[in-house]
This record gives sequence, C-alpha cells and structure tokens, in this order.
Amino acid sequence: MREFTFHRAASVADLPAGATIIAGGTNLLDLMKLEVIAPEALVDITRLPLDRVEPEGEGLRIGALVRNSDLAAHPTVRRDYPVLSRALLAGASGQLRNMATTGGNLMQRTRCPYFYDRRMACNKRDPGAGCAAIGGVTRNHAILGASDHCIATYPGDMAVALRALDAVVEIDGPSPRRVPLADFHLLPGDTPHVETVLQPGEIITAVILPAPVGGQQRYRKVRDRASYAFALVSVAAVVGMDGGRISHAALAFGGVAHKPWRDPEVESLLLGREPSDALFHEAAEILLRPAQAHGENAFKIPLLRRALMATLRDATGMETTA
Amino acid sequence: MTRHLRVDGPTHDDRLDQMAQGVIGQPLNRLEGPLKVSGRATYAAEARPRDLAYGVLVQAAIPAGTVLDIGDAPGALAVIQDKRMIRYAAQGLDQKGPTSGPDRVEYMGQSIALVVAETFEAARHAAQTIAVRYKPEEVPVDPESVTPELPPKKQSAAGDVDKAMREAAFALDRVWRTPSQMAAAMEPHAAIAEWDGDHVTIRAALQMLSSNRKQMADALGIRESKLRLLSPYVGGGFGSKLGINAEAVAAAIAARELGRPVMVAMTRQQVFDLAHRRSETRQRIRLACDAGGRLTGIGHDVLVSTLPGSEFTEPVAQATPFTYQAAHRQVVHAVARIHRGCAGSVRAPGEAVGVTVFECAMDELADMAGIDPVDLRLKNIPDVEPTTGRPFSSHKLAEALREGAKRFGWSDRRPTGQRAEGEWFIGMGMAAAVRVNMLQESRARVTLVQDGHAIVETDMTDIGTGTYTILGQLAAEMLGLPPDRVEVRLGDTQFPPASGSGGSFGAASSGNSVFLACEEIRGQIAKAMGCNEADLTLQDGMARAGNIVRSLSELVNGTITGEGHLQPGKTEKSHRQATWGSHWAEVAVNRWTGEVRVRRMMGVFACGRVLNEKTARSQCLGGMSFGIGIALTEALEHDPRDGHAVSRDLAEYHIPTHADVPALEVHFLPERDAYVGPLQAKGLGELGICGAGAAVLNAIHNACGVRVRELPATPDKIIAGMDP
Repeated sequence: MREFTFHRAASVADLPAGATIIAGGTNLLDLMKLEVIAPEALVDITRLPLDRVEPEGEGLRIGALVRNSDLAAHPTVRRDYPVLSRALLAGASGQLRNMATTGGNLMQRTRCPYFYDRRMACNKRDPGAGCAAIGGVTRNHAILGASDHCIATYPGDMAVALRALDAVVEIDGPSPRRVPLADFHLLPGDTPHVETVLQPGEIITAVILPAPVGGQQRYRKVRDRASYAFALVSVAAVVGMDGGRISHAALAFGGVAHKPWRDPEVESLLLGREPSDALFHEAAEILLRPAQAHGENAFKIPLLRRALMATLRDATGMETTA
Repeated sequence: MTRHLRVDGPTHDDRLDQMAQGVIGQPLNRLEGPLKVSGRATYAAEARPRDLAYGVLVQAAIPAGTVLDIGDAPGALAVIQDKRMIRYAAQGLDQKGPTSGPDRVEYMGQSIALVVAETFEAARHAAQTIAVRYKPEEVPVDPESVTPELPPKKQSAAGDVDKAMREAAFALDRVWRTPSQMAAAMEPHAAIAEWDGDHVTIRAALQMLSSNRKQMADALGIRESKLRLLSPYVGGGFGSKLGINAEAVAAAIAARELGRPVMVAMTRQQVFDLAHRRSETRQRIRLACDAGGRLTGIGHDVLVSTLPGSEFTEPVAQATPFTYQAAHRQVVHAVARIHRGCAGSVRAPGEAVGVTVFECAMDELADMAGIDPVDLRLKNIPDVEPTTGRPFSSHKLAEALREGAKRFGWSDRRPTGQRAEGEWFIGMGMAAAVRVNMLQESRARVTLVQDGHAIVETDMTDIGTGTYTILGQLAAEMLGLPPDRVEVRLGDTQFPPASGSGGSFGAASSGNSVFLACEEIRGQIAKAMGCNEADLTLQDGMARAGNIVRSLSELVNGTITGEGHLQPGKTEKSHRQATWGSHWAEVAVNRWTGEVRVRRMMGVFACGRVLNEKTARSQCLGGMSFGIGIALTEALEHDPRDGHAVSRDLAEYHIPTHADVPALEVHFLPERDAYVGPLQAKGLGELGICGAGAAVLNAIHNACGVRVRELPATPDKIIAGMDP
C-alpha cells in the first residue's frame, strides 16, 4: 500500500479536490493493498449525514451512507421494494453488508482477476495496456455489451435490483444533478477505465426510488456456492399481472455485463401478453441475441436463459416445479 | 529412562481399556480452546520481539527463466536475494531443504527476493513495485500438452484388463478430471526469525517440526543444534505446512543480515501462489464385471503434474490396489512435468481425489449392471489384499456400508429422476471411504510431579486437530489423573522429536509415544509400590495394588520422568493397514439453474480406537465439508498461457461456506486395531474426505440423471446435461 493522506469530511462541501472517497472501504481497501489503485489522498465521508432512508414524494430517498444490512432490513424497503431487499441479502457476507454503503456499492469495481493482478495487462488499471482476460480464465466475464478492450462485469447485486426499480442517483458537486441508474454505469467501449458518469469532485449523496409499483418481485442469483460468491448470472424482476396478462415488466440482469443490464425490447414483448413458455423463450431469444461468449463463459448464455425462464414463470404464477 | 517400541507384531491386550481414570475416548473440549477464542494463543505472526522488521517476498512475474537484476526499493531497509532462498516448499518428511537459488524462476509467482522495511505496508509496497529484469523462457503449463513420464515403480499390472473388459457382462470405461486444489488454511504462512549469536529461533507455521528443522538447517547451511523452531499454535495446515516454505528461510536470512528480528508473512494471494497445490488429475477408470456384479477387471490410469525435478506426485491410485477384488488389474501413473507451481500434499493426497473418482465409477457400473450401489461394493470386498495376498490389519468396509445404509435410510432411495420438491430434484448417493494408515517415528517425554500433576513434552504440533487434548487425555488415563492435572507442551524443537502432523499419522504416532512414556512412569511407580505394573491401578492421584493404597505424592520423590519412543515396524509390511467407512448424501438439484444443495450427509467411520469422540468427530466434519468442496465448489484455476494461479483469494477460491454444508452426521464403529501399536488407534483426519465428494456426485445423478466427470460440479456442468 502506498502512503496516502487521510481527511475526514465535515460536510459535502468539504471534499478536497482529487481525493478518493472512502465509506465502508470493503472494496477500496483491498484494491489499495494490492495497489490496483494507489490514491494519494483519501477522504472519509462516513460522518456526513447521509445515512437516512426517508420518503420523497411517493418514493423513497436512500442516503448514500445507508449500510447494505440496514437497507435490506428497512420495513418500507421490505414492503414496497422487496426485490431490493432480496438482492442486498444475496450479496457478499453478513460482515461485508454491515460495512458496505449504498453509494459505495454502486462504485464497486469488477472482480475480473486480471484487474486485481498487477502482473497482468489490464485496460482498466492501465489504459492502453491491453486485456489479459481475453484468452485467459473468463468464467466470470461478460456476455453482453463487452468490447475488445474489456470483458469485465459489474459484480454487484444491489444495483441490479435498483435498475429494475428505475432508481435515480443523486449527485452533489459543482453542479448537482440526478442521473437515472440506467445511465450511471457505462459500457467499456474503448475506455473501460471510465466506469461511471461520476466526475472528479462529485459525490453520490442518495439513491431515489420512484413510487412503488407493486407486482411480483424476484431476485434470482445463480452462483458457484450457496453464499459469498459473485453472481454467475442474476435476474431482478418486477412483474405485474392484470386479468391474466402481463401489465408491468421490469427485468434487470447481473453478472453478464459491465453494468446492470436491461433490454426494453424484452419488456415490451411481454407487456399485454399471457404468460407462456413460448413467450418467455422468445423474450430470452431477444435478450440473448447480442450475447457473445469469450471462451469459458459460454455457459452464461444458456444459464441466463434458464434463469430468466424460471424467474418469469415464478413471477407470473406459472409452475416452476421439477 | 526411555521405553522403546517398534511395532513388529500385534497388541491384543487392550491396555487402555484396563485403566481406571476413564477419560480416554471421552468428548472433552479442546484444552487450548479458551486461549484461541480469546486471542491469547499466539500464532506465528503474532509475536512482537523488540525492533522487529517486516519482510515481504518479491514474486516472479514470468513462468520460467532467469532473474537478471532486481532494482532498488527506496524506503526499504534491504532487498535480499540470497542463493540459499528456496524456490518452492519442502515436501512432508523431506530430510533436506528444497531446491534453492531464487535467480532461476520455475513458475509464475515464485519467490525471487525479499524486501525488508520498518512496516509491513512499506515492505509490501516495495515488493509489489520493485523493478525486475528477466530472461524469460517458453515452458509448458498444460499437463496434457507434454509427453508424460511413467515412473516404473509407480506402474502395476496383473492379468489382462483389456481382455477382462472384452469378456465382461458389463464394462465401464470413462475419463474424469479434477482441478488443482489448495489447502486454503485460515492462517497464512508466516515466520519470525531472531538470531542470538550463531543460534536462530524461528516462530513459524509448520506441521512437522523435527523434519522441518532438518530442512531448515540444510537450507540455511547451519547445524541443527543451532536452530530452534516454535509452532505452538498453527491455524490449519491440511498439508500446506508440512515442509518449510520460502517465508521462513527468507526471514532467517534477513534477520541474520540485518541483525534484528524479521517477520515474513505471506499475503493471502501469496499463499495461493507459493503453497503446494494438489495436482489436477485426469483419471481413466475401467471396470469390468460379470452378470452378478463381481468385478473381473480394474484399470486406473492417472495423469498428474508437477514441476520438473520435484519428487512428490499425487498418489491418486493409492487405494485402488486393495479396495476391491478383481483378477485383472492395472494402475498407470503418468507425470507431466509442467510449470504450474509445485504440487504437494493437500488434504488426503491420493484418496481425496482418487477414491472420489473411483467411487463415482462404481456408481456408474452399478447403474449399468442394474445392481444397488451398496450391493455392488459388498460383492467385491476382498478377504486379503488382492495384489499381495497380505492380510488386512482390520477390515470394516462391509460393516460401514451396512450400518450406513440402515442409519441413512438408503432403502428409501428412488430410481434416478423420480423425486422432486418444488423446483428441486432430490437424490441420494453413497460411496465407500478408504484411506491408507501410517505410523511415523515419534518421541515424547512425560514428567510426573510430586504434587500430582504431569507434564507432556514433545515437538508434536496441534494444527487445530486436538493434539493437545488427546495427549493430555492419554497421560491422564495412564497416570490416573484428572485431565486438568496434565499440562501439554507442544510445538518446540527443544522437546523430544515427534512425528508431526501429517498423513493422519499424528495422533497415533505421538499418542503411542506418550503411552510408552507413561508406561515407563507406571513401571517406576509399581516398583515403589512393590507390585507388577500390570497389577497397578492409578486413579485420581492414588495408586492401588491389591489392598495397598498410596497417594502419588507419597510415591513420587520430586519428579518421575519417562520417555517414550515409537517406531513403525514389521506390521507396516506384514499387514495392509487402512481405515474404512462409508459416505451418504442427499442433494437437491435445481431444475432450472443446475445449482446443487446438499440437504443431509452422513459418514460412518472405523479408525481403530477413538481417543476423543469430540475432536475425532470434528475432524470428520471438516473432511466431509472438504468432500463437498471437491464435489461442488473448489478449483484453483490456472491461466492457460502462463499457468499462474488465477483464483487466488478466499472470495474466488470457493471453499464451502456454512450455507453449503448442512448438518453432518458422523458415526464411529467401535474398533481396536491390534497391528498399529498399543494405542490400537489409527489415523482419522483424512478419512472423512476420501470418497465424500463421490456420495454427493452420485446423489446428483440419482436426483437428475446428470453425471459430472469434470469436477467441480458447478451449475454450468449440471445444465449442460439437463433438458433445456
């Protein structure tokens, strides 16, 4: 770990220019120890009053410092946004969830092993260096939206649920703004080191959830062990039914792309239709049409199809039995 | 006085059963448990001698070649590249240091130098960023890309397996693959070295101190008498601390050079690079049987890998020659010399993957022949070791199978794919458990003090297995003392040299030496009582012979010391010694995602005398959990281009979590094995893993009809065999 200065911010206005923000530190400290990143200055924001969950209009405003454990257990979240609660509880471990914050979790870096290994070429760590993951061990890599420069995935669970809930990220800084979560994370393109729209000097202060939409909410995460493993694929689903037809469909996917993935074409196909295997197959076809395997991760294509089928059957009241 | 015993024949008198204290076998809590859970047990990296400096290993960034030069490390105390530094860890029981010379690189991540600084953080920064120039070489890293060696001593054949296959009523010929696996002990490897003149003391995380001392003295070029090793507490070993590793050698060299104590602790990632891996295996199994399910041919062709020049190779087919009967048999053991990091002993080397795969093959054969898997095994249990005609020291496989089937409810098992709950297919599977048994030379000293307490001293280690407790129990039983009146001192080479912890031989080997030392003391007490030792009863600090009763404080003038020395002897050759058992698993397989959840699991084990029912059970729980890991989750992945370990932390190397392990059930079959020394106890630590994964994999097949032959059975491999 390289030496760094440490400053504890007293207010949102008190963020030193160029400093890296630390909240729970569950990812940042690992990266610093391995010198994947080596910030010269850290600013600790954990004393800022950003740890509240409060109503905003008909929706909910979640402070950036609300811990994953607290958010998962919040009665309003459990009642009105159960997909979020389920996604949070599917992530990491109890200890990590006690430390990890809402804002920090959005900023979580990929788990690509080549990104973590300074001996390996990585365009995220060292723009222009190349991507050692391509042609390497690619089990946890992207099948959607990747580029020749980077095939890493966004690893989190919470953001996948937020994507299905149409959450908005509140950003403070020189010019405060609100950015839909859909636009917050970026695809890698030829600048995989730029992962979000957050600019230097900006800070996430909250995540805003719109009014609850009800419906059946599911978070199905498939992983290599029962706990403390990143998603191979995951599906966050908010599905409403009206008179035997699908009246609302919001589907977001984790573990498959550089950002929580969502495909409006899939959802519009489902709207107004009666649930059936044929329909869900068609939805999966649309979802996976642009999918591209990189060696070992080819299994994610059938796995995502299966996870989607199971989730849609479950959420629309069809049988999922073996 | 030292009482020596070479185990040349059977011990039929159940001496321990005749003792009066009644503590041996009891499920006593671990003696050092309170120290561990309250943080007072100091592990290797937790001592803080004055003026301690911190070293971090510099690692090679190429798979093979020569180190030309290493740059400066501004802010560091020293950059040390010493020709005595070792390239990889010593193997268990090695009597010499491993290959030295850090300027030659044999695998990616190899230790090539040490940076020492005033803080760990500064040393790590320097080690991670120091400039190194290499002359790289092209080397093979894929075991299937090279022509393997066929060491003549490791091949065996009798009859003609090909012919047996041709003439069989049922013949199975399949290939399985298991990936590299790591011990992944909780405590990373660490050492603190401190010199006093020409004498060095090293606190280290090691399993076998007496051979570690020989290895270390050889590596450093000093006399053994100038070297003291301390490993009173070790946070798990599982084979990864059998031999000295780069950190301890480097710490000793640096401490000498800097004239101050130096600690070198591996980071978690370094443990995955530098500790021995279990070799990946390719196993072709051929089984031929007649219409009644009697085996006529057994073939086990194995391909494993390790570095060029390294002697240890995973003994995959170790149990194949004696587990089942068949007239025609062949073992092929091929070794690929590649540059993936050194292979060594990891959690039951051999049987952990060999029995697991073999027992999957037996399940497939049972399926093919339409015979119940339990019956197939029962039909093929040999009376004597098939390849040599030697008798077994004991044989409990049939009993373990029958007992397990009854306890687990095997008769409720449905045909393949016939049981489901919600979106989960449910299935049951079983496997035999077998592991070779070994004894190693071991010495201990026991001192009985006049005030009625005793001290046990041996350089044996307790790597979390319960050695402190069982040795204390043994001395308490033999000397008639309450267990809290026995102090056990371990993990210090100033004590008599013991077997160390490895190969499941620790408890029986060191236990027998304590038994012998206590017999010596009992002899002296008997003399003071004027009776034969056989007529002496010791209980609660009192000695009794006939109608004479005296307290130990009357009989012991100051102290009585006895030493025990156990050596393996003729029974090692005259009898096939092994431990036996059976594994049972019920799993759920998700119809959509291929996820597997183990719902219940049971093991029935026979290991001779059980010394402490609780610590023995705990060992089996750990072994069975590792079995779940082998079956479902664990794989050290290697980069296909340079062979480096990719999954190199505990988030990516998936040992089973609590959520992966259901409540496990363990049953012991009562047994006294006469051919393994007066304790009549055999090794247990590894038996629980041997075959456990097969029960899980066979249950997956019973649930959903999918056979996974490339381990671990992760969701991708399950869905590949499922209907869309």
